Amino acid sequence: MPHPGSPLPLLATLCVGAATLSAESPTPVDFNTEVRPILSENCFYCHGPDANKRKAKLRLDVRADALAKKAFVPGDPATSELIKRLASKDPEEVMPPPDAHRTVTPAQRETLRRWIAEGAAYQEHWAFVTPVRPPLPPNGEKNPIDAFVVAKLAAARLTLSPEAPRATLLRRVTLDLTGLPPTPAETAAFLADDSADAYEKQVDRLLASPRYGERMVLPWLDAARYADSNGFQQDGDTFQWVWRDWLVRQLNADLPFDRLSTEMLAGDLLPDATPEQRLATAFNRNHILNGEGGNIAEEQRFVSLFDRVDTTATTWLGMTMACAQCHDHKYDPLTQKDYYGWLDAFNHAPERGVPGGGPSRFRLDQPLLEYPSPAQAAQLAKLQADFDARNRDLPALQNQAYAAWLAKPAKDRGMTPKELEPLLAPDRKRTAAEEKQLRAHYNKNVFPEDRKRLPALQALDAAKAAVDKFKTTADWPRVMVMSDATARDTHVLDRGAYLSKKEKVTFATPAFLPPLPADAPRNRLGLARWLFRPEHPLTARVQVNRQWQLFFGKGIVRTSEDLGVQSEQPTHRELLDWLAVEFREGGWKTKSLQRLIVTSRTYRQSSQVTPAGLKQDPENKLLGRSPRLRLPSLLLRDVALAASGLLTEKLGGAPVYPYMPPAPWESLAITKERDFTYPTSQGPDLYRRSLYTFWRRTIAPVNLFDTSARQACRVRISTTSSPLHALTMLNDPTWVEASRALAQRVWSAGDDARRLAQAYQLVLGRAPTGREPALLADLLAHQRAIYAADPKAAAALLAHGASPRDPAIPATEHAALTAACLALFNLDAAITRD
Amino acid sequence: MLTRRSFLNAGVQGIGTVALSALLSKDLFAAKPDALGALPGLPHFAPKAKRVICLWQGGGPSHVDLFDQKPTLAKEAGKDIPAGIRGDTRLSSMSSGYAKWPAVPAIKPFARHGQCGRELSTLIPHIGSIADEICVVRSMNTEAVNHAPGVTFFMTGSQIPGRPAVGAWLSYGLGTMNEDLPAYVVMTSSDKTKTCGQLFFEHYWSNGFLPGKHQGVRFRGVGEPVPYVGNPAGVDRAARRTMLDDLQALNREHYAAAGDPEIDTRISQYEMAFRMQASVPDLLDFRNEPKAVLEMYGPDVLTPGSFANNCLIARRLAERGVRFTQLMHAGWDQHNNLFTQLELQCRDTDQPSAALVKDLKQRGLLDDTLVIWGGEFGRTPFGQNQQGQGYKGRDHFGRAYSWWLAGGGVKKGHVYGETDDFGWNVVKDSVHIHDMQATLLHLCGINHEALTFRYQGRQFRLTDVHGKLVRGLVA
Repeated sequence: MPHPGSPLPLLATLCVGAATLSAESPTPVDFNTEVRPILSENCFYCHGPDANKRKAKLRLDVRADALAKKAFVPGDPATSELIKRLASKDPEEVMPPPDAHRTVTPAQRETLRRWIAEGAAYQEHWAFVTPVRPPLPPNGEKNPIDAFVVAKLAAARLTLSPEAPRATLLRRVTLDLTGLPPTPAETAAFLADDSADAYEKQVDRLLASPRYGERMVLPWLDAARYADSNGFQQDGDTFQWVWRDWLVRQLNADLPFDRLSTEMLAGDLLPDATPEQRLATAFNRNHILNGEGGNIAEEQRFVSLFDRVDTTATTWLGMTMACAQCHDHKYDPLTQKDYYGWLDAFNHAPERGVPGGGPSRFRLDQPLLEYPSPAQAAQLAKLQADFDARNRDLPALQNQAYAAWLAKPAKDRGMTPKELEPLLAPDRKRTAAEEKQLRAHYNKNVFPEDRKRLPALQALDAAKAAVDKFKTTADWPRVMVMSDATARDTHVLDRGAYLSKKEKVTFATPAFLPPLPADAPRNRLGLARWLFRPEHPLTARVQVNRQWQLFFGKGIVRTSEDLGVQSEQPTHRELLDWLAVEFREGGWKTKSLQRLIVTSRTYRQSSQVTPAGLKQDPENKLLGRSPRLRLPSLLLRDVALAASGLLTEKLGGAPVYPYMPPAPWESLAITKERDFTYPTSQGPDLYRRSLYTFWRRTIAPVNLFDTSARQACRVRISTTSSPLHALTMLNDPTWVEASRALAQRVWSAGDDARRLAQAYQLVLGRAPTGREPALLADLLAHQRAIYAADPKAAAALLAHGASPRDPAIPATEHAALTAACLALFNLDAAITRD
Repeated sequence: MLTRRSFLNAGVQGIGTVALSALLSKDLFAAKPDALGALPGLPHFAPKAKRVICLWQGGGPSHVDLFDQKPTLAKEAGKDIPAGIRGDTRLSSMSSGYAKWPAVPAIKPFARHGQCGRELSTLIPHIGSIADEICVVRSMNTEAVNHAPGVTFFMTGSQIPGRPAVGAWLSYGLGTMNEDLPAYVVMTSSDKTKTCGQLFFEHYWSNGFLPGKHQGVRFRGVGEPVPYVGNPAGVDRAARRTMLDDLQALNREHYAAAGDPEIDTRISQYEMAFRMQASVPDLLDFRNEPKAVLEMYGPDVLTPGSFANNCLIARRLAERGVRFTQLMHAGWDQHNNLFTQLELQCRDTDQPSAALVKDLKQRGLLDDTLVIWGGEFGRTPFGQNQQGQGYKGRDHFGRAYSWWLAGGGVKKGHVYGETDDFGWNVVKDSVHIHDMQATLLHLCGINHEALTFRYQGRQFRLTDVHGKLVRGLVA
């Protein structure tokens, strides 16, 4: 039987029947892994941290309180009320009550019985206790990850799988670190490299690739609910992509996670904050904004505030603070006051809560940061220099104009105040005071007219206008960022209703977690400092868990958005703690952590599923094999572009508009307030990586399926499959054109077999083996028969996409090979990261 | 085909309880061939409705003009609605600052319909003709003051986007009755002159935190009905079949090497996609619809993207076992054009709505198909003087408004709930948005408190922590 905490009890409970499990289990019941989950799921809703909803004044989450209400008698389950109530047949007595729709199984009752018999000891929830570095299991594994994973496997009499074939491994790590497939040359070089650290060299190459940041930013975009428009009516466009580019740069530079986070949360509050640090805070402003007519700005501002609380708590604490918006948390020791103390950190931006209107397609809310691109900045500097140069001459020009005015005959001098007229008499000697008086009149009343007339001054003003106009062009980036410029009181809100203010609160961090450092400012910057104090139990664990999820599909705690009391038990808790301490003590270096992960034997093992492995560990919780992961749709498109050679490798910039079905935004076009025509890109912008595709929040890009909706923070990876995904990859012009380009790319390989093998290599990162060459030959032969008989169909198939076709390739041959390449992109092995 | 083993893999969605549920429900397929992929234990009890058609009337149809006759508004026309009636009602910021609240009577007379003698506006004679089939609910109410939050509230249980829509919950809980079509279909239409300006956002049919396959699939009125359902030019169905056969042979070869049952699932997904490529065009092929049936739906029935066209498709989807069909029409936001636009809206929607109910009935489908007709709120009983142009319309009003329901276990020829003399406050049998959701789920055989999904450490459900079944609606 597995020991407690291993992943198997759930299965055993459901499939084998747990009475046997518990009766024979030799180890004492563990509160954290075995008891609290039962109490939390079934009891805490009415007998937990929320004082307002507590029934019979009984709380079971605190031992002393439970004992005070005689919920159980340690050592004596038979007389314990808890046990009696769970077993009662009386609908008035039984717990949980029937209308709670919760069931405590006989096995769970037995666990509780044994726990009470053993003394009913409590433990703090493991994730709320500062992690300490556990000792490595002494099994000789060099990589600590393997030491922990192998130890757990060994306890179940299992082992790691053998290392994956080298080509498979290179494709895996290349896709995981850069989101692109390895080139045939890269694969060949790796296969030919027999040095001991051949693999590590590949890892270092990939970590240094600029494509790395483009891959690693994707989970951040989901967490940051990033989009290129506000959402809702008018769905105004934004410039938040400038922040996206900032983040890609920082990820590529491996800015340590503590600094990265601090800048995103509070870069504006850092001493002498740079524009880049202020830009970082756009993280807090990527939320939806509702610009509907008639809406109540303050209500909408609170919608944004609640969103910021949820997003920051999920991203850095792995906790669901939203529950405490209306009442004390039902499961975690988080009070409603904690919630509003946290909210205060985000409540001081000089924002309205709704975007502004206007004729532009952009709809923004203050505060804004002007952040021109280098090209724009250079152009502005040029215009400014031109103006400055001319402006230096202004005093002289003005003097000349004044002298000319004085020299004019009286009738041409315009209206002059009576008292000044004598001063203008010819040969009049004026005192300094008189001169000043006269000059003041000229400057105020006459010069503005001269200014419009005199060519030198006209040029000066035109230069000024050019500067101003350039800064107000529609595409002058103005990024929504954070600021604490507005003093506002924060209150606890009754049931979360923005008009129902209760007691006033100021910034505070949740009371059950370590205190705010005494010298920390009481604002977002203090919040960031608090997250990264060494004794914080959550920050490092939550981030390490998400990094693990990126490489294994699931976190060590599978509920990666929640490490609270209701979270799933970690599959490898000691490993999680070891990695968390390592990450923190090593200076929060993400690339180092990732390098440790991808160089482990655990990561490098084969993904082959064996019947025995499937039976012993169907969910692969023990990691006796590498998971096979369906690639995110954003990367599936990138793979097609890369393999076909169409990919435009430009880093960053404004969003682009690749192929979509006709009129993808047609359902928004009802509004007369702006044009919702999809402005399909031309040329190289059709082939940028998917992360640059314009993401309209109300209608996500149609060909990027199974994604986060970018409405709210999402950190958990969840993959599903639907026939619609297949239809997209079979019929979208993106894939059809990529197939045509791939066929063209491999045409020069010589014969059918070589062409197919090369295309296969480009898409799948390895050569076809076994029966595959024969099956590929069949595929091509069948398509050739179809297109040989139907030249019109061949021409039609080759007409998809804007990239040029090489007319030297016979159309029938090209069409047949195109259809074969389309099949390659749709192979399970192509869609999947083996 | 999907195999039992396919579900025992680590590659797709949350395994653990979810996979085991799927596995267990798999065993029920033989007993219940009409539902694939239902959660174990669902439906919780015998459903009255096997499918739901929601005829969403976006913008906020005026209850006092259409469904809830108020002679007092006529008697007191032009006079301020008393402060005692108005209370502290939260109104949109377009009218909340008004100094005057002049009562505006219904713009057209009401008439009695059917054996039940239901009083309905003469603007909606066709709905009048099904008065004995429908249950008018006059006590709907919501906290939302604006369109998108209001629509989101009914669709997902929260005013803020991000949670699963009701159709996604039904697909998740009850599974699908036809694998060749999506379980949850959305269609949109809008008033012809585009005066309404209400838009359709994907979060109105979102899967939220439920697995992505439960997301509503929007059939579009332009281009292909379902994106990418058609083969690219140069590929016909036979060519595609040939290509898929060779693709699947390669996949099976890979399965032999990789051993992952997920490959099996992938093969079946591609087969389903192939079948969907046939079933969608078949769905939209009206050639065999009798002329009399087409005429029932009115003159727009053959115009793609019209409400009438969508209503006919809805009936065909119901015949094919689609679980939840969500028609979203935008056209009812009459702030300053009530006297001209309301009638046009009624003309576009009245006949097709009634035709759908009659058509379902004549095919024996109405008994187990629930039809819902309503919008995100009603409209103010007082006149809106937008930009000082005179009292030409009504503002948003969520404190009381009307819907109607038909079929699927709902009382026939019935009226439920009552408002005060001004149509301002509910005075009897309140039906809050969450109550309506609870009732909808109940009619589908679901206890709304027991259809939950664990996310962020908590059991989420459509009705949040609210909602009461409205027994008075249920036959």
